[in-house]
Amino acid sequence: MRDPADILLRVEQLTMRFGGLVAVDHLSFEARKGDITALIGPNGAGKTTVFNCITGFYKPSEGRIGLRHGGPAAWEALEPLTDSSRRHVAHADGALFLLERMPDFLVSQQARVARTFQNIRLFPGMTALENLMVAQHNRLMLASGYTLLGVLGFPSYRAAERAAVERARGWLDRVGLTDRADDPAGDLPYGAQRRLEIARAMCTEPVLLCLDEPAAGLNPRESGELNELLLSIRDDDNMSILLIEHDMSVVMEISDHIVVLDYGVKIADGSPEAVRTDEKVIAAYLGVPDEEVEKVEAEVGL
Amino acid sequence: MTTTDVQKTPNHVATAVRDAALTALIAFGIFLPLVGFQTISNIRNELILTTRWVLLFSLVAIIGLGRLCYALAIYPALQRRALKPAKSEVPAWRAAVGKWFVPFAIGFTIVYPFIVIATSGFGGALKWVDNFGIQILIYVMLGWGLNIVVGLAGLLDLGYVAFYAVGAYSYALLAKEFGFSFWILLPLAGCLASFWGVLLGFPVLRLRGDYLAIVTLAFGEIIRIVIVNFVALTNGYAGISSIPRPSFFGIPFTADDDGFAAVFHLPFTPVYRTIFLYYLILALAFLTCYVTIRLRRLPVGRAWEALREDEIACRSLGINTTNTKLTAFAMGAMFAGFAGSFFAARQGFISPESFTFLESATILSIVVLGGMGSQIGVAIAAIAMIGGTEIMRDMDFLKDIFGSTFDPTQYRMLIFGFGMVLIMIWRPRGLISTRSPSVFLKERKSISADLVGEGHG
Repeated sequence: MRDPADILLRVEQLTMRFGGLVAVDHLSFEARKGDITALIGPNGAGKTTVFNCITGFYKPSEGRIGLRHGGPAAWEALEPLTDSSRRHVAHADGALFLLERMPDFLVSQQARVARTFQNIRLFPGMTALENLMVAQHNRLMLASGYTLLGVLGFPSYRAAERAAVERARGWLDRVGLTDRADDPAGDLPYGAQRRLEIARAMCTEPVLLCLDEPAAGLNPRESGELNELLLSIRDDDNMSILLIEHDMSVVMEISDHIVVLDYGVKIADGSPEAVRTDEKVIAAYLGVPDEEVEKVEAEVGL
Repeated sequence: MTTTDVQKTPNHVATAVRDAALTALIAFGIFLPLVGFQTISNIRNELILTTRWVLLFSLVAIIGLGRLCYALAIYPALQRRALKPAKSEVPAWRAAVGKWFVPFAIGFTIVYPFIVIATSGFGGALKWVDNFGIQILIYVMLGWGLNIVVGLAGLLDLGYVAFYAVGAYSYALLAKEFGFSFWILLPLAGCLASFWGVLLGFPVLRLRGDYLAIVTLAFGEIIRIVIVNFVALTNGYAGISSIPRPSFFGIPFTADDDGFAAVFHLPFTPVYRTIFLYYLILALAFLTCYVTIRLRRLPVGRAWEALREDEIACRSLGINTTNTKLTAFAMGAMFAGFAGSFFAARQGFISPESFTFLESATILSIVVLGGMGSQIGVAIAAIAMIGGTEIMRDMDFLKDIFGSTFDPTQYRMLIFGFGMVLIMIWRPRGLISTRSPSVFLKERKSISADLVGEGHG
């Protein structure tokens, strides 16, 4: 099976302050290649902030976020890369990226980290197919010779566009939206929009897929389908997934590894079974009886 | 006073009369100071207050009766029609019109000068080809150019005329100083204008909505004021005159022996030049349209539209939004530069007066009225707005109705504004508001304007 030491993403001492508010406080965790790593925690725990730091939408106040392409030996380059002022470095075994140094679009373009959003951000006035075509922008831009060859109608661009349509059609099949390919994304039902957003993220051909509450607002049947889709993306596409989720039926069923956050601090980290029975996690989610408050506070370090 | 329950209540006539009376009262209140009183200066240059009761009461009566008519007849009819199930099928004639409209329109614009010459002769054709054809086509081209920035990329640009000015002055100055030909300076003017487009783009990249509009407006004014004050280069308000005219691939349009008429053994008339200019701007406008349609199907065009829909999602997909916005500004500005150099070549004289904010506003309203992102809509809006105002210049028949002191040109802007209000009520997203997808799997379905974003600035 998967190698437990095969680390893809390494978040170290990640801290994000907004003025006086510490949203994420010295958070460290690792996501392994080919795993579904879930990031859970009560509302306001700082999960989405962590996501925004990883995908470059926020610049963290402190900390290091490393991502590797290729084999695990690439991690050897981590310390030299940190000391240099560069964003990424090529290695014989792959490449290494420091995501906290990269602006958002480069995180997607070069480090190949794709994401979805908590409140769906499709292009509502464009069709489902067009949404997936926009996701392949960078590859098509190259094929169109940065527009020049494309305007002149070079055959190489037309071939690239056909390939892009085929890839989009493949993903529409996977998420069951082929029949609605030519309908505007804004017209699709909510569950379909969620699936389309995942398909759009996958069309960027990422090495890490970050999903921000993909099951929010789905009914039990739809979230069951989502589970199947995510497992198929993990197993058939060898994708590593980082997941924020509130729906425990999704989290416990499909996650390989769970990181629990509360008030920006990591309170648990481990397999679903270990996290499920962890006292701190139960306390954070359900609260504790009055007589135990002091004991738990002492444990959590308050 | 509502009229929603007109049909149900037995005394709906009384309700309607009350409603009409109230409307008439409001109209009286508004028109009493506006129409009822008039100040005129007499021979000794004193202001005298006169009253126009007849006009006032006839206006109030028209409004009151109109409201009564609406409440009694039109509104119930509209209500009845709304209750009927909507016809889902598009009538056959509309599908045919949709299919044949574009080829017919292109064909018509190509033969237009000959139709005009055939109907009104060489003398009359000059006015129709120049004032209508060329004038409208310049605005069609500018509208299509601005459509890239506003309609596709969703960036509200209130200073578009600045690039038009850059194009015009580039041509005028370089042609006069260095004697370059029109065909060299046309692309050069486009390049210079798009350079300024990128220059404007950089500082406004982070701005959105109202702020973007204000900065672009300021940029337009800066360019104009620089042109006014940089007298050494631009000759300020006096403008630049005797700008070289474009030739027919080296053959000038003069009455000389080596002029166009003599070379082709035709009798000399100034119409040839005008017709040549007409086809020139037609070709430039078609180029703009073709390139825009082409770009929409390319990744850069899709990125523009995606940017209009959701900028954050664009960034999450690895699209460099900075470059995408800059290319939109540069492309839009380039076409304005082409149009500007054509304008300078056609007029032979340019001054800062031609590049005021009103021009930017006109071009923007063409884009908004036509429907943002729609090529056909923008063309129709340009014809209606520019052609309409030109036609209203000579509405002499109105003098027969309102008396010889009536000056129809003064009412141009009033009628124009009224038309705009009507369009904004009936078609708030422009004449053609649906969006056509750039790529499709099975069939191309047009997308309703409700879903299409307007951009955030």
